[in-house]
Amino acid sequence: MKFTWFNLMPWPYLPDDFRETNRSVWVDIDQALFDPVKSHQVYNTYMDLLEYADALGFDGVGVNEHHQNGYGIMPSPNIIAAGLARRTKDAAIVVLGNSIALYNPPIRVAEEFAMLDCISGGRLVAGFPVGTSMDTNFCYGQIPSLTREKYQEAHDLIIKAWTTREPFAWNGRYTKLRHVNLWPRPIQQPHPPVHIPGGGSVETYDFCIDNTYSYSYLSFSGYLRAQALMSGYWKRVEERGVDKSPYRAGFAQTILVADTDEEAERLYAEHVNYFYNRCLHVYPGFADAPGYRTIKTIQTGALSQYAPPRGGYATLSWKDLVEGGHVIAGSPETVRQRMEELIKGLNVGNIFCLMHVGNMPADKCMYSTKLFAEKVMPKLKAMFPDWAPEWADDNRFWTSPLKDRVASGSLPRQAPSAADLARTYALEAGE
Amino acid sequence: MIGLKTVQAPRAAVRYFEGGEGEPLVFLHGAGGLTAEDPFLAALAQTHHVYAPLIPGYGDSDEAPEIRDMLDFTLHSWDVVEALGLKDPVLVGHSMGGMIAAEMAAIAPNDVSRLALIAPAGLWDDAHPVPDLFSTLPFEMPALLFHDAAAGAAMLTAGRNVEDPNFLQTYLVTNARQLGMAGRILFPIPERGLQQRLYRIKAKAVLIWGDSDRLMPPAYAHAFKKGIADSRLVSIPEAGHMVIVEKTAAVVEAIATLG
Repeated sequence: MKFTWFNLMPWPYLPDDFRETNRSVWVDIDQALFDPVKSHQVYNTYMDLLEYADALGFDGVGVNEHHQNGYGIMPSPNIIAAGLARRTKDAAIVVLGNSIALYNPPIRVAEEFAMLDCISGGRLVAGFPVGTSMDTNFCYGQIPSLTREKYQEAHDLIIKAWTTREPFAWNGRYTKLRHVNLWPRPIQQPHPPVHIPGGGSVETYDFCIDNTYSYSYLSFSGYLRAQALMSGYWKRVEERGVDKSPYRAGFAQTILVADTDEEAERLYAEHVNYFYNRCLHVYPGFADAPGYRTIKTIQTGALSQYAPPRGGYATLSWKDLVEGGHVIAGSPETVRQRMEELIKGLNVGNIFCLMHVGNMPADKCMYSTKLFAEKVMPKLKAMFPDWAPEWADDNRFWTSPLKDRVASGSLPRQAPSAADLARTYALEAGE
Repeated sequence: MIGLKTVQAPRAAVRYFEGGEGEPLVFLHGAGGLTAEDPFLAALAQTHHVYAPLIPGYGDSDEAPEIRDMLDFTLHSWDVVEALGLKDPVLVGHSMGGMIAAEMAAIAPNDVSRLALIAPAGLWDDAHPVPDLFSTLPFEMPALLFHDAAAGAAMLTAGRNVEDPNFLQTYLVTNARQLGMAGRILFPIPERGLQQRLYRIKAKAVLIWGDSDRLMPPAYAHAFKKGIADSRLVSIPEAGHMVIVEKTAAVVEAIATLG
């Protein structure tokens, strides 16, 4: 199993009456709600928490890209990832991901991901989302019905740039470049593992299968509701005659651990409520620009990833959210059982653990994270060899870091003296 | 009697409505689409031989993935005129169709002598931003499209059971097909450089605008009038963006002045 500690980086100061007084948390959110001075602390705390997850032994730390969004103050995940590449030691840097249709030219992503891979010593997982309609269409102006074509071309260009060792010309419809010559290039060969976040677009299944990419379902509605979508994916995997390694799939789940189930509710209910009732308050007009989803996908009956349950989240209590599996919360044993259900039920090897929720303060987040790392994660990992023994060593979808890596702080504490230098270099010169 | 037919154009098999007798007239519909029951088509067919091709993806017509940008839309529309065997028809366009018609007249100024633009899209003025049609919810549409929003709402929902889940599915598919295609020239800003081509239009042009058009504010009427040399503005009171259904007779009358 691979557990990635994920932080969406929500803005924690949305007012209590946010739903009533604001149309949307996304796209046209009221700028007055953002306080740059407060954000200084928020950003640094969030990055500290990601670093803490590395120290506790999570397999990965995860970041993602959203624009003009009250629950994600991370329009450029690569900036956060660069900080993490320096300050973490072993965790994979899971950038899930860069919305490649939005980068002009997309070669920028090939370059920045290469830099992250080089700085981190080969720890990068590269995510290529199409991006939500809010991000891609309404904030970044891409034409909805051409977004997928542009995405596809950007993908092909990035992979070709990563894998071609001499300059080439790229005459695309959306990007024309005379001299593509990637510099620097990634450590991991032929390129970093690729994860594709999908929200139920059926075309994406085949894309992942064709390229040996991991399909990640990122939803906030939990594992019980994900069943139908993930079975659709596994059915397609079977039809295509490829193996069913759990690492072909990933799933994002909100997880909150406390000593007891009651304590979990006491500690975390308000933050879960903040997330579902304020952070997910998206104006429906922004959820799905006409043409963004393909006809085939609409016809499968899949609702938008951001479609709220009937009646809205406002009506859901802690009990509803926990029993409905939106949130996995409780004592370590409760969480272990439900995680086992999730992992086996969805057949997923990559878990994106949403362990910071809404306006959760750092102390509670550390408490929950530590309990998960110490009392839940080891048991779930121990289950893997029995459950899916043939895939225990499947590393096609994860990082291959250098064995010897340097970390930040590798310089001597003090600058050398002239005598030191004379000694050092005279010695070399004499050899 | 309006009939629905098909003509093969190079980029797509195009569905078109045809009816009436008289001078040939090509009508290009707006982003909302067109049906055989449209009162405006019937009114035009009283005096003209009307051809109203559907943009690919509209109604039951095939999609045309290769039509992506403004030039593609413009040339495709000329291809359709050619496939219909028409020469210098009266060219009429509403909203998105007006944008396409203006582009057609600008790219081939010697082939269009009579042009009617009804609340056309295609220009942008920061002082009068065009509302974002693509994030507008169905229940918000009537206020944007009609002078009389209540009557407009009744018209839009007539004969539809909005509670039926199949209706929702069909609605989403139709919207994705139609507005998905329209988005190629209207999203995120309905402007693709027409301003710098307007000077090429040689046609005698009439600009027809509802006074209370909230989607395409009447300020744009003046911008078009300024840009097209031989143009005249007909303002119609108590009409919104859907002036063609709210004041059908007045629109037809204004078109008739083109001769």
